[in-house]
Amino acid sequence: MLGLPHRTERRAKRERVMSMNRRQFIKIAGLSTLFGLGGKGAFEILRPGMLDAAEHGHGAPALEEPAEPAIRWGMTIDVEKCAEPGVVDKCIKACHSVHNVPDFGDSKDQVKWLWQDDYEHTFAGNENQYMADHVKEFPFLCLCNHCDEPPCVRVCPTKATFRRPDGVVAMDYHRCIGCRFCMAACPFGARSFNWLDPRDALNEKEYNMEFPTRGRGVVEKCNFCVERLAKGLMPACVEAAPQALAFGNLADPDSNVRQILRKRPSMRRKLELGSEPSVFYLV
Amino acid sequence: MIEKALKGEPRYYMWLVFLLGIIGVGMGCWFYQLHKGLGITGMGRDISWGVYIAQFTFLVGVAASAVMIVIPLYLHNYKKYAKVVIFGEFLAIAAVTMCMLFIVVDIGQPQRMLNVLLHPTPNSILFYDMIVLAGYLLINIIVGYNCLLADAQHRPHPGWLKPFIWLSIPWAVSIHTVTAFLYAGLPGRHLWLTAVMAPRFLASAFASGPALLVLVLLIISRVSKFDPGRDALQTIAKTILYAMIINLFLVGMEVFTAFYSNIPGHMHPLQYLYAGLHGHGKLVAWMWTAAPFAAIGVILLLIPSARRHHGILAFACASIFLAAWIDKGIGLVIGGFIPNPFHRIIEYSATFPEISITLAIWAIGALILTVLHKVAIAVREEEASTT
Repeated sequence: MLGLPHRTERRAKRERVMSMNRRQFIKIAGLSTLFGLGGKGAFEILRPGMLDAAEHGHGAPALEEPAEPAIRWGMTIDVEKCAEPGVVDKCIKACHSVHNVPDFGDSKDQVKWLWQDDYEHTFAGNENQYMADHVKEFPFLCLCNHCDEPPCVRVCPTKATFRRPDGVVAMDYHRCIGCRFCMAACPFGARSFNWLDPRDALNEKEYNMEFPTRGRGVVEKCNFCVERLAKGLMPACVEAAPQALAFGNLADPDSNVRQILRKRPSMRRKLELGSEPSVFYLV
Repeated sequence: MIEKALKGEPRYYMWLVFLLGIIGVGMGCWFYQLHKGLGITGMGRDISWGVYIAQFTFLVGVAASAVMIVIPLYLHNYKKYAKVVIFGEFLAIAAVTMCMLFIVVDIGQPQRMLNVLLHPTPNSILFYDMIVLAGYLLINIIVGYNCLLADAQHRPHPGWLKPFIWLSIPWAVSIHTVTAFLYAGLPGRHLWLTAVMAPRFLASAFASGPALLVLVLLIISRVSKFDPGRDALQTIAKTILYAMIINLFLVGMEVFTAFYSNIPGHMHPLQYLYAGLHGHGKLVAWMWTAAPFAAIGVILLLIPSARRHHGILAFACASIFLAAWIDKGIGLVIGGFIPNPFHRIIEYSATFPEISITLAIWAIGALILTVLHKVAIAVREEEASTT
């Protein structure tokens, strides 16, 4: 429209510029963690695409438009596979235990990163009432959509929530002032506020010491397991149910997720809002 | 000049002690909230803003409404407002202070509040809101204090104040426009996603703020020798009338757009507010309290003979203030969250500590207003006795 390059065209261009498949990327990322966070892999995680621009001698990279990111993390969720007994619970448990997510039960103070809902509510406003009955009964895993144009990032007054160049919408729990503007802005209900002290709702013996607990008064949500990606690991939910969930680089046309999306019809939530979610439901 | 606030009749001190009592209870509740977290309020993951942010939104309007006195006086030389403008400016100071306090009690990490300035984020409307509110407070303190000081010393208002007074006019419009943009720019919240949000905010503000001012002036004229002037009150009443009619017209626009287009997402919040949705309707009684009060207020102000009677004028202003407060201070913010993004209806009710804190901030506002107006009344009474 209006002669501006369409988003998919830009993405295609970005793919021509840089093609590193997921396996290579994870290998490098993993190696770099071995040598401490500082190698090329680590740089690619933190500022994807930037290093390339600098290495290929385009002059002063700081003055140039950064190259289109080579990595755009995305996820596919096979809802039929999620319906197999135990799968959904296993994913949620893996996520919530690795991230020290407190359990306030099903209350207004609830904090959740990954949870399940049904078709009708997950796709509220876009639901097809004649959808096959079995689909209506499948569990739909809900999480932060890590949007391309995240409304939560747009409204945050302190940059406490921000979009990384690899597409992950991340949170800085130490900067968040707890204004909850992001919660009003998120059209997916994916953000949780710590209404009470989350440490009171955690079992101290089950703390994952490698991930911080949060204090009360800040917002949190799914982080696509950035701390695990940095180590070359898959997100915890994907590791818990690899048959149902796939995670990979949407910017790479040969990546696992792109191959899946080429083969299978998929749905995304509230596309009409233009936030461009990166979580795809396969039905 | 400020020392004039210290000399008063016993009932003045009793009123202050009464307000301090309410503030004390609220402070206690606030410490409890700081200790336990915002979980002690009725807010939760679905209704993530409640009565605090709603009061903030409403009071930004009250603050902005001072401009309805400033414009006729300074741009149209309507001299009958010369004596009352200071009361409008002091009302703005009290209202902006309350706005800021409502933000402080609403956020989860108030000690980090300056992060908004340490990490300025121009794409966030909240960043602009903080700037415009602080600026508006400053302008009103500068203008209000210096005008009154000049009056007390029987000299003309200093000329250097003029640019500040002119600046205060667009600035007042900006504070409420920016506050409307906090809501109107959010995707997926249908009640708020409307281009008439800012105009409607301004219209309801220019009705409710001056309505409060009329009530305050009527009280002042009973408890002191200061007479705001019959004509001044009548002109303010007409301003209230027109603003409220425009506000109701804009509400009608919202209803038409939602229901004629028949888009469920746009209809649901309005259905929830005015009729209840899927058996949930906690706010229906509130909204249908607001509607008749709005209508009665407008009708009474429309009739010149009714409007001229101070008792009826007070009742009409109180009705309009109440209607606007329910609309903006309850319905608009809470209704915007219902239904939630999953089209479920989770309702909200404020808790006792939450209401206590809210009342305490209103009491702080009343305290500031009382003290500032006491000074202004003393100056006006002196003027009256010397001339």
